[in-house]
Amino acid sequence: MNLVQTFSVALPEFILVAVALSLVLVAAFANSSESEASTLKLVRSLSLGGYGLAFLSLFMLPAGQVVLFNGLFAIDGFAIYMKGLALLGAFFASWLVSDGWGEGVDRAEFHLLVLMAVLGMLLMISAHDLIALYMGLELQSLPLYVIASMRTNSLRSSEAGLKYFLLGALSSGMLLYGASLVYGFAGSTAYADIATSLNDDVSVGLTVGMVFLLSGLAFKISAAPFHMWTPDVYEGAPTPVTALFAIVPKVAAMTLIMNVTYFAFSGISDQWSQILIALSVASMIVGATGAIMQQNIKRMLAYSSIAHMGYALAGLAAGSLEGAAGVVIYMTTYVFMGAGAFSIIMSLRRDDAPVERISDLSGLSSTHPLLAAGMMVVMFSMAGIPPLAGFFGKWYVFLAAVNAGLVPLAIIGVLTSVVGAFYYLRIIKLMYFEDADAPLDEGISRQNRLVLVASLAFIILFFLGIGQLSGVVGANIVAFF
Amino acid sequence: MIGGITLAHYLTVAGILFVFGVFGIFINRKNVITILMSIELILLSVSINLVAFSAYSSDLTGQIFSLFILTVAAAEAAIGLAILVVYFRNRGSIAVEDINVMKG
Repeated sequence: MNLVQTFSVALPEFILVAVALSLVLVAAFANSSESEASTLKLVRSLSLGGYGLAFLSLFMLPAGQVVLFNGLFAIDGFAIYMKGLALLGAFFASWLVSDGWGEGVDRAEFHLLVLMAVLGMLLMISAHDLIALYMGLELQSLPLYVIASMRTNSLRSSEAGLKYFLLGALSSGMLLYGASLVYGFAGSTAYADIATSLNDDVSVGLTVGMVFLLSGLAFKISAAPFHMWTPDVYEGAPTPVTALFAIVPKVAAMTLIMNVTYFAFSGISDQWSQILIALSVASMIVGATGAIMQQNIKRMLAYSSIAHMGYALAGLAAGSLEGAAGVVIYMTTYVFMGAGAFSIIMSLRRDDAPVERISDLSGLSSTHPLLAAGMMVVMFSMAGIPPLAGFFGKWYVFLAAVNAGLVPLAIIGVLTSVVGAFYYLRIIKLMYFEDADAPLDEGISRQNRLVLVASLAFIILFFLGIGQLSGVVGANIVAFF
Repeated sequence: MIGGITLAHYLTVAGILFVFGVFGIFINRKNVITILMSIELILLSVSINLVAFSAYSSDLTGQIFSLFILTVAAAEAAIGLAILVVYFRNRGSIAVEDINVMKG
């Protein structure tokens, strides 16, 4: 394959690289004080344009599997779908931050770092080798550590960044230790060679390495018992950054887990499904019970995202085609629910300061009826009430779990969603049946309104397109089986 | 192969270093700098593993992997120290027991 063909298959990544590098120059040369506002505007539109262009370039990629760069990088229909989802989420998150209410994070560096992180996510999704996996993961993680502590004069923001960094570095270490054992016992770092080596007898070293690898990856999707960082980082990081954390990185990390389990370690599915079941049960229970007592809405959404990852892992543990399709559909709905929830939270402010306590939402229906209605739809969807999008995500993963004989797992899942419904419904009760302490500021920015309308339209109208979507997803992931 | 030292010896050393690193993170109650050193210890144990496997299986991939790890570890340490400096400016302390503004 010649250079031009190689470049054209990795086009989205190269677009992001080009935009990121030109942003470095723009920010460095134009950042004198009088032109700061116009520089920021240019940086914002460049980065949003980069995501848009990279998204469009996905449609030009070949549909079959292509392996590039000596087997380090692979692209197929599944990777293209997940890249589209990650780019869409990144677009939403960057679009939300650029409304001028950025809490001190809407700076040129922020957009540059997010671009780098998204580039890392695209590389993670396409990784076909443990080295590529590690480099993509670190390219994603390092910028995220920095933007978590983006508000340098805030103690909570820097504490969030420090905690995220320390636990993230530990998880990378565990992942690497696993990768080194896998390399040693399989004799190669390429997924395809690891899969071949599992055809002979499976050594203990390979299984141990796989366990370490999955533990490191479980940190990245904040599955319990590796979730300790999530509530603190979600609460401490500035809200626009939390929105990014909640929407995008989990798509890439979940894709990585799917590639590792369903492709590289497909030969020992009995072993990894045990681990995924344990992670799934722990996440569902921790997520559902941990959120009940929370007073901070970002902290509550952190526990809610832990629970969501538990449900998605239930589908993955099934190890079947419909389980994998269920996970992909679940992650799709998760991106839109996260974008909707955060577009509302970022619109709520009192005296020009953001509000974060759950009790601040009380009486929202009388002061901001449209925001309250939007929040109600998002919360119902997260709780899994039909016919909203969240219901179908849960339905697919639990159906796959039941069909794979994991009936207890599905029962625990349904029970914990009932517990989870409590804290989603509590928000609706606060908004509609209690009086406001003090009125919130009027108005909602154009950016927030657009993201909110887009995600609400997706959540409400999802049932119309569910047939087509599951067809597309099924056709794209069939290569795994 | 190399003076009576077998692959198992290298793996044992790396395993011990890895355990030291992990315990250094969880048991240490004093200073964040110690945690950063423990993280380096973990990464070095991984490099020992990779280079040993690579040498004993005559395959270069592991050594290339460990070079990548060294590079990323340097970047990671730089970012970690930068975040630590920002944290120190806000808190006036880098004791582990003081990192407690948010909990629950």
